Amino acid sequence: MNVEGKKLIWQDYQKEIADNNYYYVRSCVRQTFFPGSETAFLRILKTELNKDVCDQSIHTSCTGIGYHSDVVPIETTMTVVARQFALMTEAGYKNFVPSCITSFGLYTEVLETWHHFPELEARIRENLRKATGREFEKPDNLAHASDVIFKFRKEIAAKSKYRLINKNTGEPIKVVDHIGCHYSKMFPGKGIGGAEYPYVLAGMIEEWGGEVIDYPERRHCCGFGFRQYLVKQNRGYSLACSRKKFESMEPYEPELILTNCPGCPMFLDRWQYAINEMEGKSYGKNGQGIPVMTYEELAGLMLGYDPWDLGLQVHQVGCESLLDKIGIEYDPDKKYKGLEDKELGKPKTPSNILFV
Amino acid sequence: MTRESQTIAVIGGGPAGLEASAKLTGLGYNVFILEKNTEVGGHLLDWDRLFPDQQNASEVLDAIKAGLNENTQILTGAEVVEISENHRFDIKLAGSPQKITADAILVATGFDVFDARKKEEYGYGIYDHVITSAELETYFKNKKEILKRNGSPVKRIAFIHCVGSRDEKAGVRHCSRVCCVTAVKQAIEVKELYPDVEVYLFYMDLRMFGLGYEELYKEAQEIYNIRFIRGRLSESFENQDGTIMVKVEDTLAGKPMRINVDLMVLMVGILASSGTSEMGSKMGIGINSNGFLKPVNSHFSSQISNRAGVFLAGTCKSPKNIEETLSDARAAAVLIDNYLKAKIT
Repeated sequence: MNVEGKKLIWQDYQKEIADNNYYYVRSCVRQTFFPGSETAFLRILKTELNKDVCDQSIHTSCTGIGYHSDVVPIETTMTVVARQFALMTEAGYKNFVPSCITSFGLYTEVLETWHHFPELEARIRENLRKATGREFEKPDNLAHASDVIFKFRKEIAAKSKYRLINKNTGEPIKVVDHIGCHYSKMFPGKGIGGAEYPYVLAGMIEEWGGEVIDYPERRHCCGFGFRQYLVKQNRGYSLACSRKKFESMEPYEPELILTNCPGCPMFLDRWQYAINEMEGKSYGKNGQGIPVMTYEELAGLMLGYDPWDLGLQVHQVGCESLLDKIGIEYDPDKKYKGLEDKELGKPKTPSNILFV
Repeated sequence: MTRESQTIAVIGGGPAGLEASAKLTGLGYNVFILEKNTEVGGHLLDWDRLFPDQQNASEVLDAIKAGLNENTQILTGAEVVEISENHRFDIKLAGSPQKITADAILVATGFDVFDARKKEEYGYGIYDHVITSAELETYFKNKKEILKRNGSPVKRIAFIHCVGSRDEKAGVRHCSRVCCVTAVKQAIEVKELYPDVEVYLFYMDLRMFGLGYEELYKEAQEIYNIRFIRGRLSESFENQDGTIMVKVEDTLAGKPMRINVDLMVLMVGILASSGTSEMGSKMGIGINSNGFLKPVNSHFSSQISNRAGVFLAGTCKSPKNIEETLSDARAAAVLIDNYLKAKIT
């Protein structure tokens, strides 16, 4: 594989990412799936990088899951999106940063649609006015939260306590990246590196010392495609998608899967457990699973944040194998302790796979 | 004024430019062939054999060049930078004090092949075993063995049709016409060289429009056991061993399929060349939405441009095979002669 060829493509897909003053909109599901990720994003931006980020509790879901499942009409979705923009405008911000990939794709799609059909934008403005009395400005800059971390990947590397390097061998940690489908598959020009060879996570991995592993089913969906799991009868298809990816990446012996979508880390993490229960198969070394992380969790680890503050204990696949390789310090006894050492409860031990 | 006192500038020294020049000099005119490359012959220089009869490309080129006489002046490395008109055309060349003065101009600036890198999902320029049809032709021409990067023999080859043709996503709507039969020709050549290699062709339609093409297609199936699968490639990946996994839907069987191949050949389409676009804008010649030059009437004046004294020939107007290109060049020569004769009288 010729990496220089990829670099030529990456050059074609650069995007402008605002330098500061972000209006951050959270995901519906990420705080449940990976509770430390969004908090880590805010901590990194505010504390490490000294950026101004507005994080409000008054915004709502973007309706993306409902929209893509055909239960929310497009005009309703657009009006909700318009309200989010109105909240940003009222707060005095112009740079819109969604946490969720589907939201990012949806906001991009709505802005593009309004660009081509201004009469529709006018109608949505009227809808919002009638429903809420609000007005809005469109964002000057729309970037996914992973774009922002990508933008500051060098600054994060400079402040990092750890590198993505095996402390025993000195070799880079082998990482596969998985990009949410709605990041750039719909609008390749809106994603760093485009749709076929996205660079947004690969750039972080490289900068933080790891080795990016390409594998045949890299582009394949993780199985989070909404119709695949919302309808219970379709969930086997979701599982099959994840399995296809694991089977494809296994020969490359990845040590970490890095993601930037709410659903991908969820399914790539949890389905490893399900597959193991069903088939007794694990995809990591020594009967272990392959740890799956969000880019905020990884950035937090590099910066020396406590793994349990990052919420890594709620992952199905344990992260300890990776922490030990890198040499990240942690207290095993505190894994399932919350604030003020409150016991969180321990998950049921899987029958086959070693998740620690 | 006689034919011998008149000069025609032919911009482009490919098959069309050479053939038109041969006919014009045969009629007695003086011709300057302005070729920006170091050698005349165009894409024929890189081609080994031609469909459908496998005639050697260099023989065809030699035959065309044999028609040129002493009234022809070939200027290679000649890049046209400026054309002005004052009863006659004054043509300025880059880096040269020489100015060509002509009574008529024939634009024969030809085509470029589609840049396969733009079909990012096919991995050209990234995966080791993905090449273009133009590159495969150089293998044939230079008698280079078709091997994997590690030197081991190739066992399975896939030809992918319509790479940069009839593809909205790639920004190319038109059909490049000659790639279908080129793929069949090249597949047969591969089988002649390596009878044990499995050869697959993935196509949308097979447009076998020329005499002998359909027969060649049939021969490919019946004699050479070349397998044709109707389905457009969605994407390809590089496996750990360097082979290419082709992901495609067989639209006749109605099934998605994955197939590993040792080499993937992309049948790159034909686009208006950069020189064609440049000449079009420099001379104010109409340009079609697909980038090719637009004649005043595509039915009965297809060699005449919208600018008096400027004529068009060959693939600067649309994709063509050699036979069509040469016929078009001869027609252009006749129309130039008519135009200049009218000026004489």
